[in-house]
Amino acid sequence: MLNRQGRPTASNETRAADHPTFTGNRALQQEEPLLFEIGRLDATGVDLDEPEDFAPRLGTLERKGAIGLPGLTEPEAMRHYVRLSQKNFGIDTGLFPLGSCTMKHNARLNERVARLPGIGDIHPLQPTSTVQGALELMSELARYLTTLTGMPAVALSPKAGAHGEMLGMMAIKAAIEAKGEGATRKTVLVPDSAHGTNPATAALIGFAVKPVPARDDGWVHVDDMRSLLGPDVAAVMLTNPNTCGLFEPQIVEIAKALHEVGAYFYCDGANFNAIVGKTRPGDLGVDAMHINLHKTFSTPHGGGGPGAGPVVLSERLAAYAPVPFVRAPSSPLAGEDRLARSASEEGGRAEGTPVVSSGATPTPAPPRKGEGNAFQLVEHAGDAGGAEPLGRITAFHGQMGMYVRALSYMLSHGADGMRQASEDAVLNANYVRAGLADLMSLPFGDKPCMHEVLFDDAWLKDTGVTTLDFAKAMIDEGYHPMTMYFPLVVHGAMLIEPTESESKASLDLFVAALRDLAFAAKRGEAERFTGAPYHAPRRRLDETRAARQPILKWTPPAPVAEAAE
Amino acid sequence: MRYLPLSDEDRGEMLARVGVANIDDLFADVPKDKLLKAPPDLPRRKGELEVERILARMAARNVAASSVPFFVGAGAYKHHIPASVDHLIQRSEFLTSYTPYQPEISQGTLQYLFEFQTQVANLAAMEVANASMYDGSTGTAEAVLMAHRVTKRRKAVLSGGLHPQYAEVVRTLSRMAGDEVVSLPPDVTAAEDLLAAIDDTVSCVVVQTPDVFGNLRDLRAVAEKAHRHGALLVAVFTEAVSLGLVTPPGDMGADIVVGEGQSIGVPLSFGGPYVGLFATRQKYLRQMPGRLCGETVDAEGRRGFVLTLSTREQHIRRDKATSNICTNSGLCCLAFTIHMTLLGEAGLKRLARINHANAVKLAGMLGEVRGVEVLNDTFFNEFTIRLPRPAAEVVEALARRGVLGGVPASRLLPSAGLDDLLVVASTEVNTDEDRTAFAAALKGALA
Repeated sequence: MLNRQGRPTASNETRAADHPTFTGNRALQQEEPLLFEIGRLDATGVDLDEPEDFAPRLGTLERKGAIGLPGLTEPEAMRHYVRLSQKNFGIDTGLFPLGSCTMKHNARLNERVARLPGIGDIHPLQPTSTVQGALELMSELARYLTTLTGMPAVALSPKAGAHGEMLGMMAIKAAIEAKGEGATRKTVLVPDSAHGTNPATAALIGFAVKPVPARDDGWVHVDDMRSLLGPDVAAVMLTNPNTCGLFEPQIVEIAKALHEVGAYFYCDGANFNAIVGKTRPGDLGVDAMHINLHKTFSTPHGGGGPGAGPVVLSERLAAYAPVPFVRAPSSPLAGEDRLARSASEEGGRAEGTPVVSSGATPTPAPPRKGEGNAFQLVEHAGDAGGAEPLGRITAFHGQMGMYVRALSYMLSHGADGMRQASEDAVLNANYVRAGLADLMSLPFGDKPCMHEVLFDDAWLKDTGVTTLDFAKAMIDEGYHPMTMYFPLVVHGAMLIEPTESESKASLDLFVAALRDLAFAAKRGEAERFTGAPYHAPRRRLDETRAARQPILKWTPPAPVAEAAE
Repeated sequence: MRYLPLSDEDRGEMLARVGVANIDDLFADVPKDKLLKAPPDLPRRKGELEVERILARMAARNVAASSVPFFVGAGAYKHHIPASVDHLIQRSEFLTSYTPYQPEISQGTLQYLFEFQTQVANLAAMEVANASMYDGSTGTAEAVLMAHRVTKRRKAVLSGGLHPQYAEVVRTLSRMAGDEVVSLPPDVTAAEDLLAAIDDTVSCVVVQTPDVFGNLRDLRAVAEKAHRHGALLVAVFTEAVSLGLVTPPGDMGADIVVGEGQSIGVPLSFGGPYVGLFATRQKYLRQMPGRLCGETVDAEGRRGFVLTLSTREQHIRRDKATSNICTNSGLCCLAFTIHMTLLGEAGLKRLARINHANAVKLAGMLGEVRGVEVLNDTFFNEFTIRLPRPAAEVVEALARRGVLGGVPASRLLPSAGLDDLLVVASTEVNTDEDRTAFAAALKGALA
């Protein structure tokens, strides 16, 4: 800083680290004790009046004694949580290139609409006559999802991507059992590059997992697949675009090969954001695919949830979708209609037609007896008409709070904006690839990627710097690290997904920063990496210690014995 | 487009830098005949004003809980949420952060998870809690799987007081996994003989308290017999506020306590997202599903927190993992922990007493309506009444009179012969006027 004479106001020769503070705080970066160290059992931030005397109906089951829940008044609570928030990195803080996780902008309009009383303040079990707008919203979301994927049906209720995977694999299992092949089709093929949730899901519902080995071009080959296919194979779980950031060029042949032997194609839709509006999984031969609304359709990640993982289903699987589902009032197929009307039924809708109206289609079916022109919520298998729901995978109707945010995203972007978003996401990733390809190593050669670019650690050989070190040094530069050590098929993976939310200027600075780090690593400045981060709220944490002697909750400190005289 | 920073000029420069002529060159691996030539058949982009108008119109076709006398519960409850909770969970650093895999820049999330785990464990009177599940129902299914891992048996017994949709979630997953489930018949008055269902083949007994009909259940005898036979007691709750007043499952011998945390901090939101609470005994820690946050130190010796024991989880163990779960319910557990901190022990206990007092008052008033019978001996803030007419019709009639009056048992159990039963909840949001309006509307509907 300069004073009025244009001279430094103080010497800048000493470093910040040479000036420890009494509190341990660093100006805006405040140390914050645990709630249990600052709260009091009698403190509260909520004013409530004691009820008048009454005769309790608790029988013998009244709770006695202290629970152990200290409270804070509102000003104290605000400060506690605001200070905690300041130790977190979010999308709004800076570039968050976490590959496979799709950290795109979270529009605040979506937060606002989720809080409309008619959305946020309705109960899942109030009479359906009082929630017609909610059912319409679910129906509309279903229409968008089926149209974008080219699939005939969608089950909205899965609570997250892994939950959607579970449902998709359950639907496949139900279909196999319906064909009387339950005892023989027990194998699920999963490429080595898959998300860990894929094998975990298949195993959870009783399938044996057989890996599909990786090839050195990053693709799954139909010939490799064919050699594994037999009457024992129930399905393959394949991510497309895959976890190496590449679109699977043989996907149509793979789907065909699977279908020829009576197996199903589960597509992990984690990377659907690269291809929205560009190609449709339904056209590629997919039987089931979950869609992470928190990735592709920008519902907030929220520090690890809540997510939402609707699953689109092919004709072969649609009948097994779980309850509940919404039946739209004017469907020509009343009684067989799933959560969604099919895309082809909607084909006549002119672009720009308001999506909110009665939801009427050109040839409305006569209302079923006693149902009137209303959205129906089918909650029990017995009411499912000709369908054979496989059961129920969650209480109530799924993640309404996420449905509305995702629909808000879709309405805002429109068909044109969603397609543009996919193109920009892919362009941004390729721009980063072009900016770094000469310094960092690309395991599958310098070829176009989709929405994320995968580097390995071959280029760090003999530098003394690992992928982890490089990631931690990125923190000091103000970036969230990329995804590291995933996928498992390349050594020291660094998976960078900038998303469409980044401007060119932001990417230019990011590339420049990574280039500077890369040069530093190659020059032998290992210390910049191996001790990093230096500037974050915490240095590296001892994870071994945390796992060896787990401390998973706060316990009051043991009373200190009086010192002996 | 307001969310897309690249200009056409940027795009042109970037394509040139990448070395391709146009964007579709980057989609060259997509089979030519599968690449769409135009955007899909959906409306074009819209401004904020228009989007908000469309969604507000849908919202306006729903009756919001706060706009009427409201008594609907059965697994989700209308409670007041302090204004500061919603403000805090919308802070960018919470809202737009990821799972805290980079602990150096995620101490905010990690510390509140550690505080959350402590609050949940203490609330349930258990030794250890995880960093949350999707919701109570999926958490219950995970508890059953965990019990199977611990006992190496594969048969669960479900109480007839367990929320029917929770039971259905357990049955669906168990059927798919090839595990056995014994479901006792619906048990309106907590009269079932759970003890008779326990033997050496049973992995766990799943009992809810307060149960779906509102009855409080003493779990001690069930725990005792289960343990004698090497089985676990899984205790379920759907109303977390009850734990401020009712004996917690941990004090009655439960081995796993799982429940819905929505009541504290999380809006009704038509059934989700919610937050599953999950606690157990220390000795079963390594069989527990879900994320765990633990205390440690950083390179300079300062206290810090990390996700830990992840060798149980899918990204490490793949097909050998304890669960396929990848996320928790981060932002909802933040809402829970903030609201719980604002309540504190004193506030939670008082809130629970108010809920109980309101329900006692309501039970008295409804019991006086001709033809109505209150079935519960004990309850917290929810109870079941028998009506002289099918409850589904009565609820519709009440709605026409501007009262949302509860959940017909037949909505949850359509063919159980319980058509005349209505499950009614009353929380702190109900005023004396609300209760008077309910009683009058019920009288009118039954007249």
